[in-house]
Amino acid sequence: MDLQILLLLGQDGITNGAIYALLALALVLVFTVTRVIFIPQGEFVAYGALTLASLQAGKVPGTVWLLLALGTTVAVLDGVRLVREGRFAKLTPLLILNIGLPLLAAAGLFAMPPTQLPLWAQVVVSMLLVVPLGPMIYRVAYQPLAGASVLVLLIVSVAIHVALIGLGLLFFGAEGSRTPSFTDLSFELAGAPLQGQTILVVVASASLIIGLYFFFERTIYGKALRATAMNRTGARLMGIPPTLAGKLCLTLAAAIGAFSGILIAPITTIYYDSGFLIGLKGFVGAIIGGLASYPVAALGAVLVGLLESYSSFYASAFKEVIVFTLIIPVLLWRSLTSTHIEEEEE
Amino acid sequence: MTTITPPNLHQHEIILDVKDLRVAYGKVEALHKVSLAIRRGEIVTVIGPNGAGKTTLLSALMGLLPAEGEIVYMGHAQGREREVESLVRHGMTLVPEKRELFAEMSVEDNLLLGAFDRYRSGHRDQMETMDEVFELFPRLEERRAQLAGTLSGGERQMLAMGRALMAKPKLLMLDEPSLGLAPLIIKEIFRIIGELKKTGVAILLVEQNARAALQIADYGYVLETGEISLAGPSQELAADPRVIEAYLGLGHKH
Amino acid sequence: MMRQLPLIIFVALLGVGPLVLPEFHVTLLNYIGLYAIVAVGLVLLTGVGGLTSFGQAAFVGLGAYTTAWLTTTYGVSPWLTLLIGLVLTGIVALFLGFITLRMGGHYLPLGTIAWGISLYFLFGNVEFLGGHTGITGIPTVSLFGWELKSGREFYYLIWLVVLLAIVSIRNLLDSREGRAIRALKGGAVMAEAMGVNTPRAKIVIFLIAALLASISGWLYAHLQRFVNPTPFSITQGIEYLFMAVVGGVGHVWGAVLGAGLITILKQWLQDWLPQILGQSGNFEIIVFGIAMVLVLQKARDGLWPVILRWLPERSLKRDVPAAEALPKRAPQPAGTVLLDASEVTKRFGGLVANNNMSLSVKAGEVMALIGPNGAGKSTMFNCISAVNPATEGKIAFLGESTAPLVARDIASRGMSRTFQHVRLLGQMSVLENVAIGAHLRGNKGVLAAALRFDRAEEARLLAEAARQIERVGLKDHMFDAAGSLALGQQRIVEIARALASDPCLLLLDEPAAGLRYREKQALADLLRRLRAEGMGILLVEHDMDFVMGLADRVVVMEFGEKIAEGEPEEVQRDPKVLEAYLGGVE
Repeated sequence: MDLQILLLLGQDGITNGAIYALLALALVLVFTVTRVIFIPQGEFVAYGALTLASLQAGKVPGTVWLLLALGTTVAVLDGVRLVREGRFAKLTPLLILNIGLPLLAAAGLFAMPPTQLPLWAQVVVSMLLVVPLGPMIYRVAYQPLAGASVLVLLIVSVAIHVALIGLGLLFFGAEGSRTPSFTDLSFELAGAPLQGQTILVVVASASLIIGLYFFFERTIYGKALRATAMNRTGARLMGIPPTLAGKLCLTLAAAIGAFSGILIAPITTIYYDSGFLIGLKGFVGAIIGGLASYPVAALGAVLVGLLESYSSFYASAFKEVIVFTLIIPVLLWRSLTSTHIEEEEE
Repeated sequence: MTTITPPNLHQHEIILDVKDLRVAYGKVEALHKVSLAIRRGEIVTVIGPNGAGKTTLLSALMGLLPAEGEIVYMGHAQGREREVESLVRHGMTLVPEKRELFAEMSVEDNLLLGAFDRYRSGHRDQMETMDEVFELFPRLEERRAQLAGTLSGGERQMLAMGRALMAKPKLLMLDEPSLGLAPLIIKEIFRIIGELKKTGVAILLVEQNARAALQIADYGYVLETGEISLAGPSQELAADPRVIEAYLGLGHKH
Repeated sequence: MMRQLPLIIFVALLGVGPLVLPEFHVTLLNYIGLYAIVAVGLVLLTGVGGLTSFGQAAFVGLGAYTTAWLTTTYGVSPWLTLLIGLVLTGIVALFLGFITLRMGGHYLPLGTIAWGISLYFLFGNVEFLGGHTGITGIPTVSLFGWELKSGREFYYLIWLVVLLAIVSIRNLLDSREGRAIRALKGGAVMAEAMGVNTPRAKIVIFLIAALLASISGWLYAHLQRFVNPTPFSITQGIEYLFMAVVGGVGHVWGAVLGAGLITILKQWLQDWLPQILGQSGNFEIIVFGIAMVLVLQKARDGLWPVILRWLPERSLKRDVPAAEALPKRAPQPAGTVLLDASEVTKRFGGLVANNNMSLSVKAGEVMALIGPNGAGKSTMFNCISAVNPATEGKIAFLGESTAPLVARDIASRGMSRTFQHVRLLGQMSVLENVAIGAHLRGNKGVLAAALRFDRAEEARLLAEAARQIERVGLKDHMFDAAGSLALGQQRIVEIARALASDPCLLLLDEPAAGLRYREKQALADLLRRLRAEGMGILLVEHDMDFVMGLADRVVVMEFGEKIAEGEPEEVQRDPKVLEAYLGGVE
């Protein structure tokens, strides 16, 4: 292998690694705050990419139906409770937020398919369609089980993943999509071509990570999330409701997922079920970080990206085998170094 | 420290009125028909030996545990499903026995989060409140950038109290603030509790350290095996030999 | 007999099935059986043991591919490949289990997803396994000369395995090892303190679940006579778990119910959904996913408990056969020093919970450890019983240092304890809970239990448990679920459980809390009797009347240190003790 290929593969690895790092961060965030192992993280990647692709193809993305269905479910669940407690004032914002806005979105998409919109506007519309699914899923699936064990929450996560895969097939079909590049710029680095899109992915991921850092370090809501992760009882006593923390987390996770999907859609063909493997590679990174450390998780994810890239060159058929087998030495290392005291959970 | 007085809330108005509170773990009642009242600007203490149900009482009042009975807080009867968050919003705070600090965050961030609910409901006076807290606990100001997990036991208790005060409470509930602290620090903590009283906040002080608690309290209750066995102005209780009995089992009653 | 009636009807229906049902239904039943075998393993692993795996399909694949490759390439007999497949699966499962089971609960399921995917891609990309096209021409199986050529014939083999799996797992759960396995979920600390090797128990159930999956794979290969990677994908692995959870992950029959429901529902949805939606694709997973979330929210125990309501009620009551008493250890002569803890210090990070604590307990005395809240009494208990070992200092039990020992080793040497927060298994009867205490007094293993070769020993263990229950005065509650008792009585059950281990030193953490006056008196009488028999008792208690009336010596702790020691009357007059209890800031 010459230097050129080495660089080319490294470029690929870092691009994918940057995406896995974003996902790994989201997974660590959701787990530490809510104890949910968020398997459906990857589906948000696919939904983000495919929603954008649908918009560009002049179709109404099926995501809007899911948004309506989930929104209505949330409105019914919360509405019944508000009525029972006589808090009628809160009913209107609830209905507007969960049913009104999705309806508006659906009407808007039918009235004027956004094929003519500039790319950035299409990206914004895609995000607006996908991101609210995060908090809605929290409300419908996880919130009623807030006290359940990590194991039960994990099974719920897997169930949501499975349902979203099926819905993805229904919404976007079995065909894969690839969106046009955000930029056609190209450079040359030591004889190897360097795509503008690659730079864009790395820069965007890095900015997002820096943005997240400031959110957690500088804003009171970010601090509230960290506080919930550190001490649930303490956070409740400060008036930080676990449900607020949960919805906030899943909003972030959904946003990170959808944004990642939009970033890689021009590089890889995304199918309705591609998200799972992408999300799991983020997971391998997150597990390297022990589902606790953000920087180690991000580094681990970049490592996964590089490993994947180089193994696809040497043994392309065994790429996935190699990446997912990596988790075994990682777990072995973790289990030998961690002094885990079995916590009792019911 | 200033606390805004709602127009309908006068001196000596009852802030918390509890009647026949019962808490059960499974079939066993941990609290049996406990009644107590706290007025504005008053320190009320609940003392009693280990395992009498003191922490259970506070957890039930704060909405962390389901309970039967009548709880009227700030003139509003509380239903069976009390939510911690809404009680916090209405000015009830609890400094728990285990402190429950955010260990990997700075003292300053811990304090700031104490005002989370006020921030969320639109108040932006956190910096002034923090200065008031620092005035009360100068030690915290010295350690403002330090991580909470690295503080000493006394400083942790101060931080827990300071964090609770950031919410500008109407009712401050303290669960064994003396627990595990050296006598000199206990003295300091109790001096501050006495000072807090002047700000008009009502304080419910749950203590095992009976003498110290009765010294600063206006009124006291003795909780024994889940029931109030004695109640009265604190000076009277302090002189009552039955208090010692309750603690050391000297009187072979029953 | 009435209780067995539904089972007999079920088996009879199974037997008649292939004679009357059309081909399609027999095929469906074959698949239900194959799935049920895997799901039964998951019931043991997830429902009973509290661990879980999404990767069972990979073990099915191991079993299937082992026989497919060896029978087609080398012509090895299928019965031999069954064994080879089991050995291979066992090795893989032991390795994976060793890595993941030592860690927190959620690493196992995550690990299973990873190897599920990894093995799937391996099956699909290895050339000698036929890649994605798979292996064809797998031979049939002959049973005592009867060649199982058709699905109708194979059916009997499949359902025989299902029934054998269910019976042996039920046998296992109703045994000494079974109780240890049932304690894994929510009772691991207690089980360790009663002498159970919990890491080993976890590996054992993981292994059993993997082996069942492997058998299912072997059956699948010889039924289909063709394998390719698809049925061993992670999606199928997830579906297996869904079957167990929907059916009722806590019940072996739930596995059969779940396998049946999901298989039939899948068949039905695969017919209808594409028509409704106007597209082709496996849309049934949408329904499965949503249904799964609903089941976990609304009926976490699955659907089998719903069916149980229609069956004759099963009580926890059983006969306790009269059996020869278990051998007892030789009693220690009164006055022998049983426990000698000197200068014990325990730190949690920078926090010193115990500082330089010393105390000793002799045979035939009651020693009370008292002190204000947070003084470090329970920490001291945990140091002594090695639930959470001391940082510094020496603890000797019967003259032997306990430093290198873990909780279960100490239990085996004759120390037993109760817990401040009651650690009973609420669903199990009082009898079974107490029998866990006698764990170390038996030695029959998993295989003996599954085959019911353990009945003589089991009778002796249960008889011993019953004896201890009578001794503490809870005979009337012997068959009640432990969780249904009042908290005070639950504490007494803990004492009975500790006694069932035949200890010479008993550690009691707040035994009188929650008891009524009469019950306290009865407890005090019991402890006096035990003392008279030569047992040493170390007691943490808040009720001073109780302590002062019972203890021979008292140690008072404050701030993790000993502030007084002596006879009850002395200690009660000690000004330092008064100060510690009443406090005082002048």
